[in-house]
This record gives sequence, C-alpha cells and structure tokens, in this order.
Amino acid sequence: MAKDKFEEALKRLEELVKRMEAGDLTLDESLKAFEEGIRLIRFCTRKLDETERRVEILLRDEQGETAAVPFLPEE
Amino acid sequence: MQEVWTVSRLNERIKDLLEGSFECLWVEGEVSNLRRPASGHIYLTLKDERSQIRAVIFRTAARMPFVLEDGMHIACRARLTAYLPRGEYQLIIERVEPRGLGALQRAFEQLKARLQEEGLFDERHKKPLPLLPRGIGVVTSPTGAVIRDILQVTGRRFPSVPIVIFPVRVQGPEAAPEIVRALAVLNGEEGKAAPPPEIEVIIMARGGGSLEDLYPFNTEEVARAVFRSRLPVVSAIGHETDFTIADFVADLRAPTPSAAAEMVVPSREHLRRQLAETGERFRQARRRLAAGWRERVERAALRLKSPARILGDYRLLVDERRERLCASLERRLEGRRQELGHLHGRLERVHPGVMIGTHRMLLTHRRERLIAGIGVFLRNRRSALDREGIALRGLDPLGVLQRGYSITRRLADGLIVKRAVDLAAGEGIAVRLAAGEIRARVEGIRERGGVHHRNPAGYEGRE
Repeated sequence: MAKDKFEEALKRLEELVKRMEAGDLTLDESLKAFEEGIRLIRFCTRKLDETERRVEILLRDEQGETAAVPFLPEE
Repeated sequence: MQEVWTVSRLNERIKDLLEGSFECLWVEGEVSNLRRPASGHIYLTLKDERSQIRAVIFRTAARMPFVLEDGMHIACRARLTAYLPRGEYQLIIERVEPRGLGALQRAFEQLKARLQEEGLFDERHKKPLPLLPRGIGVVTSPTGAVIRDILQVTGRRFPSVPIVIFPVRVQGPEAAPEIVRALAVLNGEEGKAAPPPEIEVIIMARGGGSLEDLYPFNTEEVARAVFRSRLPVVSAIGHETDFTIADFVADLRAPTPSAAAEMVVPSREHLRRQLAETGERFRQARRRLAAGWRERVERAALRLKSPARILGDYRLLVDERRERLCASLERRLEGRRQELGHLHGRLERVHPGVMIGTHRMLLTHRRERLIAGIGVFLRNRRSALDREGIALRGLDPLGVLQRGYSITRRLADGLIVKRAVDLAAGEGIAVRLAAGEIRARVEGIRERGGVHHRNPAGYEGRE
C-alpha cells in the first residue's frame, strides 16, 4: 500500500517548500525541487481523492486459522 | 449378582465421571475458609446460599489479579477433580474473576495501584499515533452500535483507510483471553503472516455497561497485552465517564468509539486544505525562485554587452566628453573673448585711426601752415621775382635788342661772342636782332682799340 507514504510525502513536501522559500537553491536544485514537489502534490491529492472502502473481518474457520473476509456491517 | 466395588475403584470411577463430565466450567460463589499454607497453594471453599464446594488454586496457576478475601464474590474457571485419598471432590481453579460490586471495585483498585507503581500507565510509554495510518485494527464486537459508529466516522473522514476487525466478546469470562489474542494477532505476533493490509493503529472499544460488564478491560492480562502492543492502542470503553484499567494503559483514551475513530483518522478535508496551502506556498516559492533566476540571467545578460551596445556606450561617452570639451573650450573662448574685448577696447582707445586723425589734423594744420608759409614765401618770391622781372626786363637783351643792339653767337659751338678776338675770319656766326637773325661769316675782326689780333684758334686771319 502506498498509503504509508502519504505522511512522508507531506513531510517531504513541507521540507521542499521551506527550502524553496529560504531561496538558496542552485538552479539544478530548484528544478529538481519543482519536479519532486509537483509529484508529491499529485500523489497526496490522489490519496485524498480515493473513496474506495476496504473493511475486513478476521474470522476463524474450523481449523482455527484466521482469515480475513470482507465485512458488511448489519444495518 | 451385585457388582462389588472397592472403595478405590469406586472413587476412581467417580473421578473419571466427574472429570469427564466437567472439562472446564465456570463457577460462581462466595469465598470462605481461605487458607494460604506455606506451600503457596490457596485453599478455599466456594459457597452460595445453600451449598458449598472445596476449591484449590495452585501456585502455578495464572497469577491472581487481585487479592482474595473471605466474603468476596468471585467467578472461577475451574475443573473438577476428586482427591481419592480422602474421597473428596474439589474444584481446581485456573482463573479467578471478581464478582459483585465490592469485589470488583476492590480488585480494580488493587490492580490499578499495582500496575501504576510498575509504571504501565506512564506517559513515556505512550506511543504517538501516525498521521494517516496504513490500516486500522478494531477489537470489538462485530455487531452493535460501536463498530457501526467507527465505520461511519472513518468512512466520512477518510474512506480509503483499510479497516480490519477482530471480533471479540466484550464481556463475560471468555472475553479477556479473546481480547488478548486479538491484540496479538493484529500486532502480527501470531505465527501466521500479519493480516493484510498492514495495520498501524488499534482501536479497542465497547459500549457502556456495568462494572461487571466492563470487567474484561480491568483484567491484568488485557492490561499487559495493551502495554505490550507494538502498535499504538486507542481505547474507547464504556461511557464517557467510565475509566477502565485498559484506558489507563492505552496510548490514547477516547471518550466514545466515534471519538476514537476521529483521533485515529484525519479529516480528508483538513488534509486537503493543508495540502492546498502547502501547494500554494510551493507555487509561490517556485515563482519567486524562477523570477529570481530570471532576474539574475537578465542582469548577467545586461552586463554581457553586445558590440552594438558597447559602441553605443562609447558613443555616449564620446558625446559626453565632447560636450564637456566644447563647454570647456567655450568657457575659455569666452574668457579670451572677454580679454579680447578689453584689449579691443584698450586698442580702440589707441587706434591708429585716432592717431592718424590726430596726425592728419596735425598734418592738415601743418600743411595749412606750410601752404600758408609757402604762400607767403611764394608771394615774397613773386614780388622779388616781379622786381627782378622788372629789373630784368630792363636788362632783357631783347629789350636791349629793341634798342638796336644784337647778340652774336659763334655757330660752331654757340658761344656768345663778347670779344671779337674770340672769332677768326671766316667763322660763321649768328646774329640775333630784335627781329630775326642774321647768319654771317666773319670778314675780319678788330680788336678793341683797333689792335689786330691773330686768331688764337689758329685761324689765320686774312687781312
């Protein structure tokens, strides 16, 4: 799951913005920072736009093994 | 024929029957006759209003969560056994739980004090929650309002976070071990691979209930399982005002299951706004940086002059210099001009014209005087001349001639003859009369006084 990267992506983005706001990047670094920043923003936006749900319940079958099955809450 | 049993055989049979019929059961009753001999085992009698039964808790059994006292109401998980030497049956208690408010309360306080002293509640053990968990594990009943609330809140705030439910009993005697196992499995501690997807936080929740209902969450085993959990545990047990031992040990306590869900999962909207702000700062910083770079390039380009520009610059320089030169020259000229003006003025004053004028005046003056002088002189001379003229007229030979005299001239050389001796006979002569002239030849001369002379010139005078 790439979800684990959201928090890191956000942190990295904040870092980049701070460095860019400080203003002392070389041209190369600036360009790389732009690219990476845009990538991160797109990634984070994508994560925020996901609406697919995934709810599972762990059930023990007859053998005592635990298996995950989709969970449908009773209404 | 009646079968005859020996006592031992009978007791053995009874033991088999008893142990076969009652594998494991829960028994409730009041504690009495509590004895703790040196062996470490605990002997007691469990009784209710009408009946009683012996019981023993071996030293090796699961540790007691609280201290037993006579009169306490407890529930035990036990098995039946018969002690053959005495023909007695008794319960071998494996697990004890308090029953009745008093017992429960006391058990709660005892355990709380003990665990607190051990440091299980300390802040430094509490783990921080991830901002956006990869997955959430939920330990709760699979039915009821609790799970519904949790799913609703997470669905609203951030639906794409996966949720894994480990269903457990949340009250009753078997609840505590199930909860312990749930925590272990969600932490990936069970032998099998961790349940997908990877869980980063656990919510442990149940609805409101009595102290007895909440008992599983006041047990030592659940408390230690929560403490041991590698993943942070958020507990939401009972009502807002209920505080169980699990709540104290948990990394975060929520007043309700909905609150727990809110703590665990961020609001997508909030994150979106944060991202938008960061994005905006990013874009602005980018623009500023780009502008900065552009400016530097332009400045460098400016300094990097094209030949036309260099020429232009030099032209300007030259023009400026020329201007200054002209101005300076102009100034000097002006100075000189002024000087000249002055000198001119001074010169004017000593102008030759002036002098000439003066001299002319002088000259004129002198000329006039001269003329005047000459006039006078001339007049004088004229007078003199007139006088002389008169005198001369008187002496005018021609006048004389009028009187009959004549002028004789020797033809040879024009000599005016005054002496006859100057002539020789035969010489030609011219005699001028008052009117006209006579050409003659000398026939002879006569000296004065009548003396005849020979011509000195060699002329032989004829006689």
